[in-house]
Amino acid sequence: MSGHYDVIVIGAGVTGLSSAWWLARDGKSVLVLDKGVVGAEASSRNGGGASHYQSPLFAEEQRLWPMMDDLLGYPTEHQRERVIISVTQHEFEHYNYIADMCTAMGWQADKIDGDTARAMVPIAGDNCLGGIHLRFGGHANPQRTVQAYAWALQDLGGRIIQHCPVTAIETAGGQVTAVQTPRGRFSCGALVVAAGPQISGLLAPIGIDVPLMAGRAEMIVTEPAPLMRLGGVDGNGLYGRQTMRGNLAFGGGPHEWIETQAEGPRARPTTPLSRSLARRVAEMFPKAAHLNVIRSWAGIVENTPDGRPIIDRIDNLVIATMSGVGFGLSPATGHAVRDLVVDGTCSFTDIAKLSLARFAGLAPDWRENAGWLPLVSA
Amino acid sequence: MTRIHDPHAIDGKIAAPDETHDIIVVGAGPAGLAAALEAARAGRQVLLIDEHPVPAALAGSDVPLWFGGRASAALQAPERLIETLVESEPLIAEAFEAGIDVRLGTTAWGLWRNRDGSAALPDAMLGLSDGQRSWTAGFGELVLATGARDCALAFAGWDQPGVMGALAFQTLAQRYDAFAGTRVVILGSGDLAVETALLARERGIAVAAVIEVRDTVQGGAALPDDLPVLAAHRLIRAEGGINGVERVIVAPDGGAEQVIACDTVILAIDTVPAIELAEVAGAAVVTEPCRGGAVIPGGAGEVLPHVWLAGAATGLTGARALAEAQGRAVMAAALGLGSDPVTVADGFDRMAYRADWLRALVATSPDTTLVCQCEEVSRADLIGVQPPGYLSRPERMCARSLGTLLEDGPPDAEQVKRLTRAGMGLCQGRRCREQISLLLAMAANLPPKAAPRGNWRVPVRPLPLAVMADWDQAEKMDEGWDVWFGINTQWIPYRDIGTEAEQRHMAELGGNMHL
Repeated sequence: MSGHYDVIVIGAGVTGLSSAWWLARDGKSVLVLDKGVVGAEASSRNGGGASHYQSPLFAEEQRLWPMMDDLLGYPTEHQRERVIISVTQHEFEHYNYIADMCTAMGWQADKIDGDTARAMVPIAGDNCLGGIHLRFGGHANPQRTVQAYAWALQDLGGRIIQHCPVTAIETAGGQVTAVQTPRGRFSCGALVVAAGPQISGLLAPIGIDVPLMAGRAEMIVTEPAPLMRLGGVDGNGLYGRQTMRGNLAFGGGPHEWIETQAEGPRARPTTPLSRSLARRVAEMFPKAAHLNVIRSWAGIVENTPDGRPIIDRIDNLVIATMSGVGFGLSPATGHAVRDLVVDGTCSFTDIAKLSLARFAGLAPDWRENAGWLPLVSA
Repeated sequence: MTRIHDPHAIDGKIAAPDETHDIIVVGAGPAGLAAALEAARAGRQVLLIDEHPVPAALAGSDVPLWFGGRASAALQAPERLIETLVESEPLIAEAFEAGIDVRLGTTAWGLWRNRDGSAALPDAMLGLSDGQRSWTAGFGELVLATGARDCALAFAGWDQPGVMGALAFQTLAQRYDAFAGTRVVILGSGDLAVETALLARERGIAVAAVIEVRDTVQGGAALPDDLPVLAAHRLIRAEGGINGVERVIVAPDGGAEQVIACDTVILAIDTVPAIELAEVAGAAVVTEPCRGGAVIPGGAGEVLPHVWLAGAATGLTGARALAEAQGRAVMAAALGLGSDPVTVADGFDRMAYRADWLRALVATSPDTTLVCQCEEVSRADLIGVQPPGYLSRPERMCARSLGTLLEDGPPDAEQVKRLTRAGMGLCQGRRCREQISLLLAMAANLPPKAAPRGNWRVPVRPLPLAVMADWDQAEKMDEGWDVWFGINTQWIPYRDIGTEAEQRHMAELGGNMHL
């Protein structure tokens, strides 16, 4: 296998695929390479949230999500709005602070009392103190959405090769010229690296240091509950949603820092943390506490030292990591990456603070200093 | 140098097991009982658990076996069921007498150990439940004698009460004395089917027919002369009424349809080794057609450090004495007292037999036949990788299929599951995973041995939130609990980065922003 493409994207996760789709919409010939299968990692293992008001990409995300089913041609299960409920006074005050912050940013968030919350969330209990109702944001089905990007990309002529890890990046005169894989060499006009935790290992050999640390996070899901008016309900220290099928899918709590393998995680185990997740879901939804948990799973996500994305262009190379918060923002992330590749600058928002250069003076032992170290097995 | 602690990380937060035993044996079937007794004879402390009798609600969901709505009201009286269960298995009484801590109605729903991707546990541990609460249990050695489960294959009319698996039938008829049918049709003619027929007759249940899709009877055991065996026959459909199955329609190859009255159809084509706990603990899984499909490499013996597998869970079939002998041998090995246990496989290609049956059942059933009953996914939608009915199917979606996915690479059972929802329901794919695996292999022109498979996840039995919940959790679990990674700069509104507001948000929110 070989060939030349206007743009090669490494990583068939939600960020890489959205970027590839945006570029293909622009008429670019695009090749996406992945070590495994489309959306096999964190892109399809997350809570499906799409309410990341802190991001400079958020306004564009909000504009795009309601159109995504039509733009992609495949269902994403996107639903608008969120309710965040509390069962402790601390949570109540915390969520109210968030509401004030959102309102100050121009995103309307209503503070609701316990009765209002119970009316909106019939499986909430007498212990619910109220919460906030975000009149923005929402959620979608991660697995369905990531496949939708892949299919929409293919419908535009883009190509995806699965089980095809990139083993080396070739450069000449400061420009990326090609990538090598076990299945051949592919040359390109530009390269987008959106390979999650594997970004650092891919770029180190060409002298680019991307500080990332991978962590493992867990979720649980129940059998279906009767559909609520709004599926985007969480709180009590959890993130998640009721799916359109009715299942309650939630995660949260402690993560585990892990070593990154060049070939990807060898396993994504869960732990008895799932029992603490079950407890918090049962506290949040006492009237659903009888529902069976039917699965748990873990996903591996990369984090930058400040937890903020890196979306940056260096010559004809674009680096895109969302630091563990990529799914919901993906419609806008792809747009930003497209802009960087094609125009050299993001057309719709300022992303200067997401540059790689902000880590230029980072101490080499930043992971140790933050306590972001893998555990040593007992 | 002192290691800096990330207060939001899992380090040290998973508590030690609530109880610890020298030896734990999961499964009080022949292999598990023999293993437990062997350990007790060697003077070791043993906990022996078995999930039977299972709660009526779980049985109604076809977990762990495919009960097919043919359990009698006896399931509503668990105390009586325990008595029946003990009466049906003399070795249980022997185990009690040997001082073994025998707990019936206790389920092992999780097994965790440190391995690639996690080092967060103070010890390997099982997740146990008695239906009211759950807890964790550590062990010196763990023997998984978890047996097998039913292998379900869909046909027209299979999604009604009265269609069930052979192991569920054995459990209801023999161990629970709670089978509600009176006249059965048995699919398959191997040893499993013969055992099923003989048990039915012993219990006074009429065997209306034994149907075999291949040209000849498959089992090695002698069939009673008066057993109505129909070889080279196809099952066309099952028909019924409000109480489920009332008759099946069968036909010889190329011949006329025939109606057989019955209230139950028992699939006795094959069983599937119950590898759930070993798989979720990190054991490799391989497909070995002669051992019953997806199994743990190596068979009987130590499959993970201090975790041993014995009996039908390894793919062992055949006489009870074989399972008992293997259970004893595995325990002897686990205690360092004996040589390696022998794995027995008779060379019969079980997956080829399943595939023959499945092809015949596919040929006689419309492609609207449900493959996944929980999520109501038809065979057409599975192979078309179409979304569930509550989603729209725009033109481009309809044009997609397994065929277009195969252009991207080999079939991936997890990917197809996520797109179609097949296997994502309450029975945790027990009624569909083997047939989905074979259907995907057939559609991709792969041999059964290369069939893609979906994996098992904890909890390996459906477990209510309130039961799974750790209500006694140590305080340290809540310390530093946050929604995501607890990185206090992560959630600062972009415009506030580098301003005075950033400091205020960090002080107020910490890393505990909301997604």
